[in-house]
Amino acid sequence: MKPTKPPPRRFNFRGFKPREIKPQTVEKIVKGFVWSVALMVIAVLISIVVFILYKGLPVINWGFLTEIPRKMGREGGISSAIAGTLLVTAVAVFIAMPFGIGTAFYLAEYTRGNTVTRVIRFSAESLAGIPSIVYGLFGFIFFVMYLNLGWSVLSGGLTLAIMILPTIIRTSEEAIRSVPNTYREVGFSLGGTKWQTIRGAVAPSAVRGIANGVILSVGRSVAETAAVVLTAGSALRMPASLSSPARTMAVHFYILATEGISMENAYGTAAILIILIFFINIVANTLINRFVAKGR
Amino acid sequence: MPKPPGKSKLTTRAINLYYGNYHALGDITVEIPECAVTAVIGPSGCGKSSFLRLFNRMNDLIPTARVEGEAFIDGAPVYGKDSDAVSLRKRVGMVFQKPNVFPMSIYENIVIGPRHHGVKNRGELDAVVERCLAQVALWDELKDVGIRNKSGLELSSGQRQRLCIARALAVDPEVILMDESCSALDPESTMKIEELMADLACRYTIIIVTHNMEQALRVSDMSAFFMIDGDKVGRLVEYAPTIDMFYAPKDKRTEDYITGRFG
Repeated sequence: MKPTKPPPRRFNFRGFKPREIKPQTVEKIVKGFVWSVALMVIAVLISIVVFILYKGLPVINWGFLTEIPRKMGREGGISSAIAGTLLVTAVAVFIAMPFGIGTAFYLAEYTRGNTVTRVIRFSAESLAGIPSIVYGLFGFIFFVMYLNLGWSVLSGGLTLAIMILPTIIRTSEEAIRSVPNTYREVGFSLGGTKWQTIRGAVAPSAVRGIANGVILSVGRSVAETAAVVLTAGSALRMPASLSSPARTMAVHFYILATEGISMENAYGTAAILIILIFFINIVANTLINRFVAKGR
Repeated sequence: MPKPPGKSKLTTRAINLYYGNYHALGDITVEIPECAVTAVIGPSGCGKSSFLRLFNRMNDLIPTARVEGEAFIDGAPVYGKDSDAVSLRKRVGMVFQKPNVFPMSIYENIVIGPRHHGVKNRGELDAVVERCLAQVALWDELKDVGIRNKSGLELSSGQRQRLCIARALAVDPEVILMDESCSALDPESTMKIEELMADLACRYTIIIVTHNMEQALRVSDMSAFFMIDGDKVGRLVEYAPTIDMFYAPKDKRTEDYITGRFG
């Protein structure tokens, strides 16, 4: 069939002033709006970081990084707090990762919506909304007192592990679910079992999303104060083992600032904390790009 | 030229497929000849893909799917207690409509199947990759670009679909199911894949689903025409050598469908 001609226009609109705003104008307004909103957000973020670094960097020198605090932190460095932060976070992430990612795979791949999944998902979502001080209280009562682990790296790490579990479960499950179903079909069509299909076809595409969730959790653990001060304690000594008490950087500058010990050192600690989080993000992303993104 | 139908590779006997209460396929009985191309044609939604997926039990992945009746591969039952979907799918490979390569290197895309089946030796895997890429005529195009580093996603869509075929061939199947595998491709890539089907038909039993009547006529030896009947159940209307079906359809509905598409 030949294409028919469009019907002739009944009215000639030329000369009329359209009452509505032109779509092109709307486009410009919307673009300007989203652009300026984004700019404001970035400006706030940058000004916070710049302010902290401006105040904190002058305090930082080699001694600040390598010495343990003296006189409650008025003098000396923060090496024990850096070690405490790294240890507590490492314990939390290494415990939460297998449980969180395992649960996510169970929810996304091994089960269809049933009562058990609903309970797990509901718990995870509720847990994500609980203030961290509540986790701290629970950790204090359960790990510190009941299990008699005392104020320790282990108690702090376990408490943080429970705190970041919902984040890991939810981000991982989302990442796994966003892998196209065709990948699973291909995996099965090649004669793979469920686990082979997950490992060979689903997981490689989900790793990036899962890793992002883990990085997010690392950030939360590193920055957590309330839950840690109640479970890991606030010892100034260098933690000798997982059962020694430790002070994290977040706890350290909270105490320095609120007890008026040394604002300079509080800013210095905050600056190191920010630098550490940047560093973790950069290293993690580099590793992901190196090992995961080979085929992208 | 159509080959005279030889030994049957796949057979079904009064097979029915249900998705929950929906009766998708009704009483299908066919014998698919070995080492030949069988085309499955019919209007959209008549159960062609579902029929194809009976043979590698991909319908099992749909929670509500239920199969009644019998299907056999070389006389052995496809469904039932003694058969195992995982080992069946090793024998019955599948190529999908979209060229769904994994976001990995070309090499990794191909070895994923053999690895499922326990091939670990690097030399063996290398040999499989070379053989399969050669079978789909990609080896010469790709051997110099670094199949270990180049992502499968960097290929053209025609090359990607051929990579998918190579991936299916890598597990050394006996049957290849192709579910509208050319419908997303340009004419030139389609032609290459059709040539490939002709080559592969010497060794493999191939079943294709296609909406393209000319394609069915060009590549297939046997044709099966499916249609939804009055009670909304997909049924096999006519099954015959392709030449016979296209030039002397026995059923009025087949004739209407084929001529409608041509005219």
